[in-house]
Amino acid sequence: MTGTVTSSSNVAANQSTAKPTLLSIRNVAKTFGRNVVLRNISLEIAEGEFLTILGESGSGKTTLLRIIAGFESATSGELWMGPERLDQQPPYRRRVNTVFQHYALFPHLTVEQNVAYGLRVAKRPEAEVAQRVADALDKVKMTAFAKSKPSKISGGQQQRVALARALVNRPRLLLLDEPLSALDANLRRQMQVELKSLQREVGIAFVFVTHDQEEAMVMSDRIALLRSGELEQVATPREIYSQPDTAYVAQFIGHTNLLKGSIRSGVAQCGSLSWSSSLPDSLPEGPALFSLRPEHIRLAVGGVAPGFVRVRGRIIHQAFHGATELIRVACADGLVLVVRTASGSALKNDSEVELDFSADDAVPVRESPERI
Amino acid sequence: MFSRAYKTIVTVPPLLWVAVFLLIPYLLMFCYSFWSVTLAQIIVHSWNFENYRELLQKPVYWQTLLRSMWIAARVTLFSLMLGYPLAYFLSFYAGKRKDLLYQLVIIPLWVSYLVRAYAWKTILGSEGVLNTLLQYVHLTSHPLDFFLYSPFAVVLTLTHIYTPFTFLPIYAALEHIPRNLVEASQDLGATSPQTFWKVIFPLSLPGVLAGATFAFVLSLGDFLAPLLLGGPSGIMISNIVVSLFGAAYNWPLGAAISLCMLVLVVSLLFLSERLEKKWSFS
Amino acid sequence: MELLLTMTSAASNLPRSRWLLLHATVVFAFLYLPIVILILYSFNGQGVGGFPPHHLTLDWYRILFADAPIWDSVLNSLEVAFAAMAISLTFGIPAALALDRAQFPGKALFRRLVLLPLILPGIITGLSLLMLFNLATIKLSLLTITLGHGTALISVATTEVFAGLQKLDRAQEEASLDLGANYWQTFWRVTIPNLKLSIIGAALLIFTLSMDEIAVSFFLIGRDNTLPLEIWGRLRRGITPEINAVSTIIFIFSLITIVFWYRLRLRSESGAEAGIGILEATEEAAK
Repeated sequence: MTGTVTSSSNVAANQSTAKPTLLSIRNVAKTFGRNVVLRNISLEIAEGEFLTILGESGSGKTTLLRIIAGFESATSGELWMGPERLDQQPPYRRRVNTVFQHYALFPHLTVEQNVAYGLRVAKRPEAEVAQRVADALDKVKMTAFAKSKPSKISGGQQQRVALARALVNRPRLLLLDEPLSALDANLRRQMQVELKSLQREVGIAFVFVTHDQEEAMVMSDRIALLRSGELEQVATPREIYSQPDTAYVAQFIGHTNLLKGSIRSGVAQCGSLSWSSSLPDSLPEGPALFSLRPEHIRLAVGGVAPGFVRVRGRIIHQAFHGATELIRVACADGLVLVVRTASGSALKNDSEVELDFSADDAVPVRESPERI
Repeated sequence: MFSRAYKTIVTVPPLLWVAVFLLIPYLLMFCYSFWSVTLAQIIVHSWNFENYRELLQKPVYWQTLLRSMWIAARVTLFSLMLGYPLAYFLSFYAGKRKDLLYQLVIIPLWVSYLVRAYAWKTILGSEGVLNTLLQYVHLTSHPLDFFLYSPFAVVLTLTHIYTPFTFLPIYAALEHIPRNLVEASQDLGATSPQTFWKVIFPLSLPGVLAGATFAFVLSLGDFLAPLLLGGPSGIMISNIVVSLFGAAYNWPLGAAISLCMLVLVVSLLFLSERLEKKWSFS
Repeated sequence: MELLLTMTSAASNLPRSRWLLLHATVVFAFLYLPIVILILYSFNGQGVGGFPPHHLTLDWYRILFADAPIWDSVLNSLEVAFAAMAISLTFGIPAALALDRAQFPGKALFRRLVLLPLILPGIITGLSLLMLFNLATIKLSLLTITLGHGTALISVATTEVFAGLQKLDRAQEEASLDLGANYWQTFWRVTIPNLKLSIIGAALLIFTLSMDEIAVSFFLIGRDNTLPLEIWGRLRRGITPEINAVSTIIFIFSLITIVFWYRLRLRSESGAEAGIGILEATEEAAK
């Protein structure tokens, strides 16, 4: 199995809807010594899109970002921005800017001087520098701190300065390396919203790296999920959530139940459950894996509706999540289902329940074998 | 968390020792500087300013002090010129060899001062390695004098001694610079020289200052190199003090000069510390 | 792991610089050339000068080994070094603890006084002690030299142990107290074992520095010479390659000691951190 994505939805997403391609990553691979970090990555990034590269630590996402920025060179493959080969240019010549994970603000310069750095290095006239710096600081709401030193401002404020410092240079592409990971939860949520609207405002393509799948879904136009150096799936948040390609994707993004079973003559069978599969005939016979989201299972009321599957089980655990609850139900054949219900349904541990789900919601997914 | 008894036990003995063997001796030096010595070579505890008057009036003391400072300044400058690029090379370019090279730099530091000064003495003499080598390859026809028993020899030897001293704090400062700052600078379009002058050098200044202070202060107070290699033209202020405590037997005057040196050194340290704090950004 | 790569890969981003490499080579040559020549000429039959060296011989080493006063002075130096080590550690370790844990009037002055001998030219330390001994009518001897070394080198012990204390997890001592051990027991069972490497490192440093010490010793010497002073005395009389021979031996011992000390420090810390920790100790400790 190679890294190139093949399912139909992904091809469409990969080619991007209507927006021209800004950066073309072609067959990029990276090895450190004997450690293969990236295998054959191909991805097209569109103008003005907000793309998130999502993955666990060790998936290679930061390495990929650094290759785009120019701090690592790919072992093989090419990067093209328009008619130019990007990978042959040193970092200071690329029209790409980075917001670093720990901001990397220059401690010996004021906020203003930090933001002006790239412009001064390019020897822009002072009047222009002053104007652009003021605009940039205004955009990130840090005008009042222009004369402060980085050590005197908070983490969230430093992050804004880092943003301004990068954006003031009007790059064609902005790279963000887990910029929100050092912030606490509430500030993080606030910054997610601000970043998204900022991106819309400036219209520059953002490539955002994170391990937080919720963050990815909230902010992105598209998500590229990376696992062990290969692209698992590239799609919009809704697509990747409702039509995961593989078991890994289904489990990484949101909660899911993975049902092991088989398909025979158009009938899906999982343990004692079976339903007729309204899926395309392209699905092979034989063992199959299904992803069923907890919110698609509901407490049964009345009889079994057509196209629905009924399951009986016993509640073994309840977890309160604020607006909803996740309950674990032990069913026949050792199957444990995680079900999402509204809070306050007054369910008790050990009580018997009946559950329903629509056969359409059991999405077939590919296996995700271990990669070495 | 720590009881009063604990804190007392760890504080009092060192405090006492330091008071007896550091504080009191300095105070004594202060006292001695106001005493005088009779012709019979007895030290008299008569309090006066004679010694200081002598220091201010007789030009030889001023001249020697200035010469010493000039020598110390040159040693500091050359040590920095040798030490900084070396530290920069090790910190940013040496990669895997960094550790090994670092060991190589500190080894000479640990070889006895005397051994190294002696080595230079044998090299620079008229029968020494340098002169005979030059004659051997016919660059000169007779030994050159100025290599040894001159300020040149003192500056050369002290530079050799203090280059690793300037290297160390500069290397420490460079190592402390987070590498993502270098990347950020490149990301924003700065070339290597621009990155060096705008980011790396300013952040390394505290280290430079520390190294320079070390080299300057220790060179200023050095008396061994001048004795071995300086000759009459290479006499430094400490040599005068040494003779005052030796053959010239005038302890009070010697104490006065020592006290002045102490005050000078402490002032320099204080100043240096202030500047270091001002220039330190992390 | 990725963050570590970020931190260390910058080196590969900067373009190769030939000038820096050349400069580094020149500086290394400058640092080592005198030592190399010294060692070379300790085998030279013709003496310390002359080029090129010929007539290789071990004569000078033979003369050295038969030279009784030198070995006497070596013995003296060893006595002084061990005694100085004892003094410096006995007072330096508590000093580090005091600086780390106690508040008392005059703490700032105390700290400066303790560290001052490191940066002060030896002549001032030596002379001030001389005046003390003179006033107290203590005759100059190996004892006075020992007191001088011990005092000057407390700063080394304090610096090393203080650095070690920073790395000590305070919670360990708290756990010990919590489990019923008193302060004395905690000190010996928890604090000292954690400081083991710092103390050994400090001991090595103090020993080496004491063996090589000449500036302070110069003024406190009595009838018996330490090794550096013995050599110094001979230098006043005239140069012989025998001095090259003893210098070579000193060099080898210093080399072994410093490499050993360096490895020891490396063992107690992780890679990059070790470099910096050693730096700070070395810079402050070496003179």
